[in-house]
Amino acid sequence: MDHINLALGIIFQLCQSLLVVALAPLLTGWVGQCRAWLQNRTGPGLLQPYRTLHKLFLKDALLADNASPLFRVTPYILFGCMWLAAAIIPIIAIDLPFSQAADVIALVGVFALARVFIALAAMDIGTSFGSMGARREMLVSFLAEPALLMVFFASSLISHSTQLPHIVETFSHHAFVLYPSLAFASIAFLMILLAENARIPVDNPSTHLELTMIHEAMILEYSARHLALVEWAVSLKLFAYISIGIALFFPYGIAEVGNWGALPLAIVALLLKLTAAGAGLAGLETILAKMRIFRVPEFLGTAFLLAVLGLLIHFLLGA
Amino acid sequence: MSLALSTQIINLLAAILLLIAFAMISQRRILSLINLFALQGFILTMSTGVVAYSTAQHHLYYSAGLTLLLKVLVLPWLLHRLIRKLKIKWDVETLINIPTTMLAGIVLVIFSFDLAAPISQLSDSVTRGLIGIALASVLLSLLMMLTRRKAVSQVVGFLSLENGLFFAATSATHGMPLVVELGIALDVLVATFIFGIFFFQIRETFDSLDISHMETLKDD
Repeated sequence: MDHINLALGIIFQLCQSLLVVALAPLLTGWVGQCRAWLQNRTGPGLLQPYRTLHKLFLKDALLADNASPLFRVTPYILFGCMWLAAAIIPIIAIDLPFSQAADVIALVGVFALARVFIALAAMDIGTSFGSMGARREMLVSFLAEPALLMVFFASSLISHSTQLPHIVETFSHHAFVLYPSLAFASIAFLMILLAENARIPVDNPSTHLELTMIHEAMILEYSARHLALVEWAVSLKLFAYISIGIALFFPYGIAEVGNWGALPLAIVALLLKLTAAGAGLAGLETILAKMRIFRVPEFLGTAFLLAVLGLLIHFLLGA
Repeated sequence: MSLALSTQIINLLAAILLLIAFAMISQRRILSLINLFALQGFILTMSTGVVAYSTAQHHLYYSAGLTLLLKVLVLPWLLHRLIRKLKIKWDVETLINIPTTMLAGIVLVIFSFDLAAPISQLSDSVTRGLIGIALASVLLSLLMMLTRRKAVSQVVGFLSLENGLFFAATSATHGMPLVVELGIALDVLVATFIFGIFFFQIRETFDSLDISHMETLKDD
């Protein structure tokens, strides 16, 4: 019985990983399509990210003369980190073997590793845009990372564990309880999600030549398959962040321990939640205006403040 | 379970109250500041109503109604009228370094939670954890009055300080006697009227509502 469970676990782990890689561009396409609808445009369709990836993979890669090996391997490391992160998060089921491998702090570390490499690669070529983007990315992320950790700590305090499966299990089993600390943490997490994924109040994902761009400035030198992998990794990152949000604040419907029969329902629930989250993200991006780069520390400071307030309120009210 | 749920709701409202206090500190627009003040009053009304319902104390319904009437409707309306007449409706205040102020705010919150912990042990009501939050929002309002330079936002800070005190009263002792509450309500109302007159006087003298001009008074 144990063996069968383990084998099933590994199979479903593989399923989840493949599903995530396949679905991530679709989510990006859905967000873009929603944005187009909200702006009264027809939009490129849901499959546009796949078409872009296909086109990029067919092209010949161009590298700058002074590109070091680091520049070449970075897209693969980036893609690998994001895939690993998506495998750690319990997305369709709680009891997957891989999710025991790392806790939330290590998860933050995985994201940090990817960020270090992309920033180094951006500075590698030596163009002014690249190093400017890298420096801005570091400014944003060094403020976002402690806030993200605080969000994780707020939910770990309630579930007494930093392992994501435990956290999700605690929340999905409980009867409905109002946690003020979690409400704060969820708003903080939303702000971090916007900042870390280069979404609109902090960065504009649809720009390619603008003095204020952050993420696009860093990947300006990439082409063909390298660019495709970077774009795919960006989709995966958005998918991973939204999945973390779902796992922490809205885990209802996920397949629970030993209950593999609930898996089809869990996938349907996941798709529904992702659809709603993507539409919500597009709505947020439509109503918000991009802020000046000097306002970003304020924005992320507020996220940090909210997460810390969540922690403090948990200590005071015990809820 | 019903009691537990009401406690949860009060806790959530208290947390929102604290959040609004922080939002007020970091708000630049005077118009939004007044709207936040009205929202704070509304949250206060709801929390008083929930306390009244869960403890079956009928006089708290009156104070909830009084809060709704005064702090959600009359005072914001008065302030709106004032800033319209003073033509500062769209004024934006320059604030000193918001992240630093917010960090100071966090320190204040920790301080007041620590301070309120022994007091909360004495109380055995359902809402004893809330004294810390009430104290924190009072201190945050004080911080706001310290960091602002425009007269109108200082007055909003003063009014929200009174909100924090009121919240402490309902959460810790299930409300003050109605006479006291009526007295305070009247005080606040009259104070707002007088502040309104002051605003006009200040502006007539200095052509601005910036309080820092008043420092030069003694030089004459």
